[in-house]
Amino acid sequence: MTTTSEITVDDVTARYDPVIGLETHVELGTMSKMFCGCPTEFGAEPNTQTCPVCLGLPGALPVVNVKAIEYTIRIGLALNATIATWCRFARKNYFYPDMPKDFQISQYDEPLCTDGYLDVMVDSEQFRVEIERVHLEEDTGKSLHVGGATGRIQGADHSLVDYNRAGIPLVEIVTKPIAGTGSLAPVVARAYVTELRELLRGLDVSDVRMEQGSMRCDVNTSLAPKGAAAWGTRTETKNVNSLRSVERAVRSEMIRQSQVLDEGGRIVQETRHFHEDTSSTTSGRSKEEATDYRYFPEPDLVPVAPDPAWVEELRAALPDSPSVKRGRRQAELGLSDDEMSWLVNTGALQLFAETVAAGASAADARKWWLGDLARRANAEDVELAELAITPAQVAGLARLVADGKVNDRLARQVLDGVLAGEGEPEAVVASRGLAVVSDTGALDSAVDNAIADNPEVVAKIRSGKVAAVGVLLGSVMKATRGQADAASVKAMIAQRLGVEL
Amino acid sequence: MTASSSLTSGTAVEIAALIAAGEVSAVEVTQAHLDRIASDDGALHAFLRVDTDGALASAKAVDDQRAAGESLGPLAGVPLALKDVVVTRGLETTSGSKILVGWIPPYDATITARIKAAGIVILGKTNMDEFAMGSSTENSGFGPSHNPWDLDRIPGGSSGGSSAAVAGGLAPLGIGTDTGGSIRQPAAVTGLVGHKPTYGGVSRYGLIAFSSSLDQAGPFGRTVLDTALLHETIAGHDLSDSTSIPAPVPPVVAAARAGASGDLTGLRVGVVRELGGHGFADGYEPGVLTSVGEAVEVMAGLGAEIVEVSCPHFGYALAAYYLIAPSEASSNLARFDAVRYGLRVGDDGVRGLDEVMALTRQAGFGPEVKRRIMIGTYALSSGYYEAYYGQAQKVRTLISRDFAAAFGAADVLVSPSTPTVAFPLGARTDNPLAMYAADLCTLPASLAGTPAISVPSGLSDGLPVGLQIMAPALADDRCYRVAAAVESALDARRGHPLLHEIPIR
Repeated sequence: MTTTSEITVDDVTARYDPVIGLETHVELGTMSKMFCGCPTEFGAEPNTQTCPVCLGLPGALPVVNVKAIEYTIRIGLALNATIATWCRFARKNYFYPDMPKDFQISQYDEPLCTDGYLDVMVDSEQFRVEIERVHLEEDTGKSLHVGGATGRIQGADHSLVDYNRAGIPLVEIVTKPIAGTGSLAPVVARAYVTELRELLRGLDVSDVRMEQGSMRCDVNTSLAPKGAAAWGTRTETKNVNSLRSVERAVRSEMIRQSQVLDEGGRIVQETRHFHEDTSSTTSGRSKEEATDYRYFPEPDLVPVAPDPAWVEELRAALPDSPSVKRGRRQAELGLSDDEMSWLVNTGALQLFAETVAAGASAADARKWWLGDLARRANAEDVELAELAITPAQVAGLARLVADGKVNDRLARQVLDGVLAGEGEPEAVVASRGLAVVSDTGALDSAVDNAIADNPEVVAKIRSGKVAAVGVLLGSVMKATRGQADAASVKAMIAQRLGVEL
Repeated sequence: MTASSSLTSGTAVEIAALIAAGEVSAVEVTQAHLDRIASDDGALHAFLRVDTDGALASAKAVDDQRAAGESLGPLAGVPLALKDVVVTRGLETTSGSKILVGWIPPYDATITARIKAAGIVILGKTNMDEFAMGSSTENSGFGPSHNPWDLDRIPGGSSGGSSAAVAGGLAPLGIGTDTGGSIRQPAAVTGLVGHKPTYGGVSRYGLIAFSSSLDQAGPFGRTVLDTALLHETIAGHDLSDSTSIPAPVPPVVAAARAGASGDLTGLRVGVVRELGGHGFADGYEPGVLTSVGEAVEVMAGLGAEIVEVSCPHFGYALAAYYLIAPSEASSNLARFDAVRYGLRVGDDGVRGLDEVMALTRQAGFGPEVKRRIMIGTYALSSGYYEAYYGQAQKVRTLISRDFAAAFGAADVLVSPSTPTVAFPLGARTDNPLAMYAADLCTLPASLAGTPAISVPSGLSDGLPVGLQIMAPALADDRCYRVAAAVESALDARRGHPLLHEIPIR
């Protein structure tokens, strides 16, 4: 594997124009599966949510789940797409054990929704991502390959298949090629998936949990020499299953492709696998090895012809778009455009709002999420949402500071404790002994000692060099192991020395 | 004729009446048929497996119902031979294929459930061409069935086990499935009545799919009325099959009863020129054309107006069918991959998945099934789809238009059900195209999804000939009405039902 650390996206876009495209699979949150009545709940014992239909037993037939059609149409409408008045399902034929029928019921040349768009904001700039199609299909089962080093089928001792997921309704949302984003390409990709996730969440059609696989992305990337008329050969990166990974997959492919092109090589049209641990991609299946899916209209199902009046009812009942909702929320939370855009694109808006709802001021929520917590997430290379702290705990921490129970410095130690799993902020304060020293007797003597021990400093302060007060302050803090409130200590020193500080 | 043999040669209506009147128990009727199977099925090989315990239990349930004073359905206690393509809960179902040996379904097909609910006694599962691909049962993974009229001849196919059973006295009723003619052709060559319902008229849920857009289950009987009663039992909308038609079942039983009076005044009968008519008689046996011609004259004698109609695209039906059906089959049969059920070959812990799949399919599928999977896979391939599958679908549309035009000129269309009488076993096994020709007359109605019935017209060289009567979609009752009229007129002329002339009974 080539090391790519020394090249940046800006280096790449100095010489090449990237074009990206995204295919997003979303499991719909219907009660029952796409073509049978089996439940769809995540995490059940393997193969307990199956029946002859989703197991593809001989003779079984599919029946369309109307709720899934409704959800897909609502997604299409929210993405400003055209809803087909007549369309069909198609069979996508290929052999794989996690596909019970050895074909997948999908849609081919007649998707339910076409030609939409979704606007996303990056660095206060709006990008319109055009949507090619939204179609409906059934999910496959899940394979578990046991015994190999890679967890892939090659080299495994044996494989297990769980068909609970087989037949869960899956919507595929495909963008048109996104050009003209330059070095923002990775961020635009992430912003698009983030915005799409918000939109789907707002429609209440999926729980959109990337970590559980209910939302999954394939990312297409190509490079062309700057200013070239034709686009370059694209690769399709699979298995991109977090917002951060979307951004990284695009970045890593841009850098890898630029190196190949720089060395005079050619990009092979292929699928590539994204590896979360290394943030890099490895070669998968090339176009030459690609399966001929032998699509043909699914003869077991009748065409879908949504009543236009019904579609209009669904359109009228759509919730406000995420951007409208965000505008309202931004005003409520008192956030700037940049802060808002940052929170949205890091997926932290919900955390932020919940923190405010838990009693923190917007200023405090901003201070913690955009400050300390953002730095820590960055340092640990995780999403804000992945930090081991809840919005309620952040609000609790803010409350401790506001009540004067801890100072900012102690608050950071409380944060350490919460993140280390030591419990609620109050419990961390107690267990670590971090409460501000408010015993005036102890504080009085610490201040007195500091003044008595540092006559030269006292002289400097009295002669007007007030900055020297820091030395006394430090001394008091040292004596109280940092648990004194700095403002109170300063006031006590000023009073004793008879100066304005 | 012994008491037992009268039970096994009677019609379903007669047997049901005896049971309802308490003159014989359902258990006795079932036992008589089980005895008959024990003595005769060695020669016929109609059944792949007989469900002795299940059949006697069902029969006893009917007797118990009757003893409890509950009302019985019109076919309660009547035994039936069920084609092995129909899924039966707890009873091995193979679709005539070695690849499914040992598969015990955990569910009942909709028609299985309806048959059971009607108190009809399922004797067992009948032989068939593997996955319903064939016209003779010679493609069965378990050896052919034999025609009771001449044991050296085929009983038709693919539903040949059911036709052999019903004609041979092993069961008064049978279920077949018809994709390109697999009910009508076996009915014709064994002297039975067999009906292919309007596509969507009978649920396909639990039929092991061959060609989804063509498959239809339907009844075999010794009389038009028996056949209609079984049709009414299995037909009707089913929420488990999206292609099932949400419409009332056509009044087939009433039509069969009304037709028996024999009056066809005002009925326009269209003789399809392209199916054995002037200039299109090649491949049709003269004896078949003569017999069918006589039946048409009988219809005229009953008051029908006979017209000739032309359906110019029927000549392309065979080519279109042999692209559409294999294409769908190549996809439908993909699931037999050794992973979840049925045969598994070569799983030695060393061979990989692909190899085990390939070895299993190589060992489990017979040559005709492999041929059709290959044809279908090719026809759907990228770059060939439009030229093959796409064109075939256009032909299908043209054939439907031919029907629409013809039904403007005639109320029903008629033709031979199949161009020849039963051919000898082995006569066409080396020539797939000759085998396919057995379906020449039945394919158009299959492709158009319209109903068609085969009713005996007489004998040619001592072997039965079938008359096919075709009607527009959802006018299945018209098929039954006309068939009943032809049946009663021919029986009257002959002095007895054709089946009484069967030599071995």
